[in-house]
Amino acid sequence: MAKPTDPFWWLLFAAGGTVAALATPALIVLTGFAAPAIGATGAFAYDRVLVLVTDPVTRVLLFGLISLSFFHWAHRFRYTLEEGLALKQAWVPVAIACYGAAIAGTVWAAAVLLRV
Amino acid sequence: MGAALTRMTTYRRPVPFAWWLRNRGYALFVVRELTSVFVGGYALVLLLLLRSLADGPDSYAAFLATLRAPAALIFHAVALAAAVYHSITWFRLAPMAVALRVGGRRVPGGLIVAANYAAWGALSVALAWLVLRG
Repeated sequence: MAKPTDPFWWLLFAAGGTVAALATPALIVLTGFAAPAIGATGAFAYDRVLVLVTDPVTRVLLFGLISLSFFHWAHRFRYTLEEGLALKQAWVPVAIACYGAAIAGTVWAAAVLLRV
Repeated sequence: MGAALTRMTTYRRPVPFAWWLRNRGYALFVVRELTSVFVGGYALVLLLLLRSLADGPDSYAAFLATLRAPAALIFHAVALAAAVYHSITWFRLAPMAVALRVGGRRVPGGLIVAANYAAWGALSVALAWLVLRG
């Protein structure tokens, strides 16, 4: 059931899928394994990471990656619930919950990245 | 004749809840769709890491300690597998989503996939260098 707003969500989904395909595996290795293994010294010392993250370009890139990852999840998960788990009757509430969560996550990401 | 008989109804074949367990292709399709949970979930963990940075050195150190917990390591191991599966399936589908033409000839799909893998590898190395140098 195609809706007039679908291309908009699909574009966010596709942009998120591309960004995540390129960057997420490397970032998981870095922040999920290298950072806890090395600890808050050397490459992961607080001051050094802060300099890296507060660079305006990094802020924008991190915001884009996080927000688009949320929208990628929202769109794909919405269709998985609706088609996969046969939740067709709950079409509107599922869509609102998924995209709403992604929008809330985006606002939160903006707030955190402006504060850091 | 009541209203019930004249109302239009469309027959909907009931879809069993676990239809996707019927064969390997369907199951892999659902696995691919569920990689998005880990893509979004990891973005959330990354955001929490950034929040700990914003809260100061103590908060940041405490967050790194949390990442050392077995549950966090298991999450990241599963998330990494899901993210790599997402990357592979995403790049494989790219030539079907985009028909690239150069000089009136369609660029072979294999070439687009290879270019995607090259970009993925180059960006991964660049990210590792940027974060781990010095």
